[in-house]
Amino acid sequence: MTAAPRDRALATDPGRQAEFDATIAADHRIEPRDWMPEGYRKTLIRQIAQHAHSEIIGMQPEGDWLLAAPSLRRKVILLAKVQDEAGHGLYLYSATETLGADRDELTDMLIEGRQKYSSIFNYPTLTYADVGVVGWLVDGAAICNQVPLCRSSYGPYARAMIRICKEESFHQRQGYELLLTMMRGTDEQRAMVQDAVDRWWWPSLMMFGPPDADSPNSAQSMAWGIKRHSNDELRQRFVDMTVPQAEFLGVTLPDPELALDPETGRHRFGAIDWVEFKRVLTGGGPCNAERITRRRATRDGNAWVTEAATAYAEKHA
Amino acid sequence: MHEETVYDALTAAHGDDARWAFGTGFDDPLAGVDTTVPEGVHPADLGAYCLMLGDDALVLSQRLTEWVTRGPELEEEVALANIGLDLLGQARLLLARAASVGALGRSRGRATASIPDEDALAYFRDPDEFRCTGLVAAPGGDFGRTVVRLLVASTWRLALFVRLRDSRDPVLAAVAAKGVAELTYHREHAARWVLRLGDGTPRSHRRAQAGADGVWPLLADAFTATDVERRLTSAGVAVHPGELRQEVEGVLVHVLEQATLAVPPWPEDTAPSGREGQQGPELVALLRTLQSLAREHPAGTW
Repeated sequence: MTAAPRDRALATDPGRQAEFDATIAADHRIEPRDWMPEGYRKTLIRQIAQHAHSEIIGMQPEGDWLLAAPSLRRKVILLAKVQDEAGHGLYLYSATETLGADRDELTDMLIEGRQKYSSIFNYPTLTYADVGVVGWLVDGAAICNQVPLCRSSYGPYARAMIRICKEESFHQRQGYELLLTMMRGTDEQRAMVQDAVDRWWWPSLMMFGPPDADSPNSAQSMAWGIKRHSNDELRQRFVDMTVPQAEFLGVTLPDPELALDPETGRHRFGAIDWVEFKRVLTGGGPCNAERITRRRATRDGNAWVTEAATAYAEKHA
Repeated sequence: MHEETVYDALTAAHGDDARWAFGTGFDDPLAGVDTTVPEGVHPADLGAYCLMLGDDALVLSQRLTEWVTRGPELEEEVALANIGLDLLGQARLLLARAASVGALGRSRGRATASIPDEDALAYFRDPDEFRCTGLVAAPGGDFGRTVVRLLVASTWRLALFVRLRDSRDPVLAAVAAKGVAELTYHREHAARWVLRLGDGTPRSHRRAQAGADGVWPLLADAFTATDVERRLTSAGVAVHPGELRQEVEGVLVHVLEQATLAVPPWPEDTAPSGREGQQGPELVALLRTLQSLAREHPAGTW
């Protein structure tokens, strides 16, 4: 793709900067052909690529249950979901290409550890209840994070997010419905659901990122209209929405301090283990190595296929 | 999408399972379909035939699903998942049809009453009760072998389904009518890859050729009929696989030649094996994974 801003030399052009600022201030969209500050472009590429990588790496934990899904209906639902995630990755990589990035280079950066993906996918899916909890809590948290991005100032990203959010909310409902069904099943199944909730609750809260006070990139991203709400604000919203769902489901969220504050109508919750967050973020999670190893093996093991497709296309151009 | 509405109805909408997943809220796959067994047809024969075609779809779908998160391109993972989903849809209908004419065998007794019939068949039959061919049960191998096998299997199945649209069994005719469009896409998709690999680089050519050389022997029993298929062909319900030979061989030769690949020697016809329940260790291993969780929790509801 070559749709990157054509005049980087004018990256500090005050006239164009004023035009850009006015577009942002008016809450209008920046489109690929518009002038944009280099920092805005780079921040977007980093954020969208990280999101795309998360979709693709996120296929693995649930994908691990595809071959053993316990009914044909669940197999269809899970296969369609994992397929949707590949589709989301594709839309998002396309959005980065409108900013001048290259998908293969971004994939290389992921594999080499130069770009990140959501740390949540470094946790294993130990039972089939994890498939449901990932849908309910992880996709739920992702939706909280992502719905505001449907109003992102960058047009292609905002449009991709509208479609992604619709599909994610579908996945969340499917996950919750699996859990409801399992809770109506055997004692063993109910225990599986509770165990999965115990393992995924805190990592889900970490998905909103560090506390606002420790989130260095947030202020600029909010000013640019790339980000719309602070990490803590979104996290609080997620907790408030999830507590009644947990009660309805009949599971206990693993936080003794979790309680409704009658004055504010919001839930207070316990301290998040940010040491654990940083450990997983920096490669020390249970599955970091496994996730990247598979992505690398997939790229390297199949390189001969893409080379063949390129050679064939050139011969028959 | 308005951000405040996303979570609405998450807890309120339960109990209406059909709303959860588009195209997946199917409690009775045969709802609204005429399930009368045609006159003069033995239900046991019809059931056995539906198992053959349903098992082929289920097992090939499982093989293709093995590629998800391991495909050469994201686009290809989407495509293989799509094909897998089509085949799972065909499998569910055919297994449900088999069950509706009493072909549940021992599986119904092993599965809890709440488990749907098609799941009882998929998850609670032993390998020797499966009726798929060795063509679909064989491991996928590398991507070259995977696309050659998909080409061969979808060419065979498309040739069958085109003819099966005229079956006297209304369910088989309906499944075939719906499946023809799907299989046409599967065959084209596989053929495009065989062309790219065969006529791509020297390395991909070698791998595609090795794929063809490995897959061709699996055709040994693809054109020979079981007694069930013979009787049902006479009754106007099934298609004798021998009738497919000319079309299948013609398509395969055409694609391989276009792909600059040598057509491997056609194997000698052998008596049906997979169709008679003679299954190898590959299918045993595949089913061990497929059935593991369902069997671990036989009283579970999913």
